[in-house]
Amino acid sequence: MVGLEHYLAVAAALFVIGIFGLFLNRKNIIILLMSIELMLLAVNINLVAFSSFLGDLVGQVFTLFVLTVAAAEAAIGLAILVSFFRNRGTIAVEDVNVMKG
Amino acid sequence: MSSVDIQTVLPELALAIYAMVALLGAVYTGKDALAKPITWITGAVMVAIALMVAGGDGAHASFGGMFLDDAYARFAKVAILLAAAAVLVMGEATMSRRGLLRFEYPILVALGTVGMMMMVSAGDLMSLYMGLELQSLSLYVVASLNRDSVKSTEAGLKYFVLGALSSGLLLYGASLTYGYAGTTLFSGIIQAANDGHVGLGLLIGLVFVTAGLAFKVSAVPFHMWTPDVYEGAPTPVTAFFATAPKLAAMGLFGRVLFDAFGGAIGDWQQIIALLAVLSMFLGAIAAIGQTNIKRLMAYSSIAHMGFALMGLAAGTEYGVQAMLLYMAVYLTMNIGTFAFIMSMERDGRPVADISALNQFAVNDKLRGLAMLILLFSLAGVPPMLGFFAKYGVLIAAVQSGLAWLAVAGVIASVIGAFYYLRIVYFMYFGEEGAGVEMKMSPAAWVALVGSAAIVVLGVVNFFGIETAAAAAAEALVK
Repeated sequence: MVGLEHYLAVAAALFVIGIFGLFLNRKNIIILLMSIELMLLAVNINLVAFSSFLGDLVGQVFTLFVLTVAAAEAAIGLAILVSFFRNRGTIAVEDVNVMKG
Repeated sequence: MSSVDIQTVLPELALAIYAMVALLGAVYTGKDALAKPITWITGAVMVAIALMVAGGDGAHASFGGMFLDDAYARFAKVAILLAAAAVLVMGEATMSRRGLLRFEYPILVALGTVGMMMMVSAGDLMSLYMGLELQSLSLYVVASLNRDSVKSTEAGLKYFVLGALSSGLLLYGASLTYGYAGTTLFSGIIQAANDGHVGLGLLIGLVFVTAGLAFKVSAVPFHMWTPDVYEGAPTPVTAFFATAPKLAAMGLFGRVLFDAFGGAIGDWQQIIALLAVLSMFLGAIAAIGQTNIKRLMAYSSIAHMGFALMGLAAGTEYGVQAMLLYMAVYLTMNIGTFAFIMSMERDGRPVADISALNQFAVNDKLRGLAMLILLFSLAGVPPMLGFFAKYGVLIAAVQSGLAWLAVAGVIASVIGAFYYLRIVYFMYFGEEGAGVEMKMSPAAWVALVGSAAIVVLGVVNFFGIETAAAAAAEALVK
């Protein structure tokens, strides 16, 4: 029987993978964007699982909001990435280093 | 949705509609030629809405409790609107001189301000998230407003990645809070946590939400984006980052801690106290070695957020009042200081080197004196307003048994005084150097001299905002 805790475990695993993807990735900023999406999807799994467990629709409404905002966020992230690429000619994470301190 | 609901969100609605009308109007007509009038009109609209908000009274909850309009929200909203208007107006000349005054700038600032107003009015995890994202998404774009500059786009990119990470943390906490409290309404969450402690699931949710919010107020250990974003963004935009969003995030912090987790003060007090003490010390120590005044102001704002968090850590009504007063004084000082910093130029290019200020006050007595007053106030030297703001949060900490935190605060502010006084030393006794040209618009001049005057004259009675802050704190801490 698949219960609430299984869903929470999957969500927690995805969330942690997302965070590790952000911090350990040294290659490519696109992978950072993917990691961020992964974190938000983990949250969505949590919300839907809780919503169905509690018999309360609010969690699913929240999920729709999160999905919408995630799309807007990805669009803005890519736009900033494009203008960064135009200036710098690279999207490697290790090249985001003009300012240090 | 009833007419009462609409009445409650009228200020936000008005600003949002204004922003959209201005966007459409500018796109279909003059585009960037209209940027200057739009900037000034946006400032005027914000001041008008601030007056409208200030005239409200009572406490209203609309949209089923998702949106709250009480004295606390109104205090924060008025401060946010006035700070945003001041930053827009005083930065207009600098932005247009650097060719950055696009019509999107005032519109994005207006939309970000709508987000901030929603944040301080949030009564539900969903409205909290929507407000926060509206603010953040606008700020990511304005940070990289200077599209052709490596630094500006890098600042935007760093801000985006770390801001999205913090939103993720906050959301994960929100999802756990929803699951273990069974509701997203703050008024429901507080009932799940009203016997002094929260269950384990809710506690984990609280910790994640706190971490997400600490990112937004740039509290240590979630501060790493601040210096880079402050340095890379165009200076008028940095001035915006350092003022209104900080108050909004701090206001939201207070909302979550007291409205949603007010029954479990013992559980979050130590977290906030730790954030406060780390921020104060890192802000004070890391700023010492800085040569770029914008980076220095970033560390300075980290230290100031530590002091404001000290007021929240007290967990009392007086603590919230002290926090609000601290933030109001912080906004005033930062507006004046950034009016000065954004005018620093040499050969038509912006300079941010502290050494460029050598001997500045010797040749330019009035502006040098105004900057001296602001820096003394930032350092917390009596009899400026900055001292009384610090005094308030220290008293609040002592009253709730956090004497160690207050002592740490005093030590940190003594360490921090060094780098403010170093700038003053350079301005009066520095070596003769290349110097700096001040290209100051009348609006920036008024902001600089006006905030210096407020910082001195406010000592008499805080211009009466103390009673407003007390009413606001009373509305939050029931």
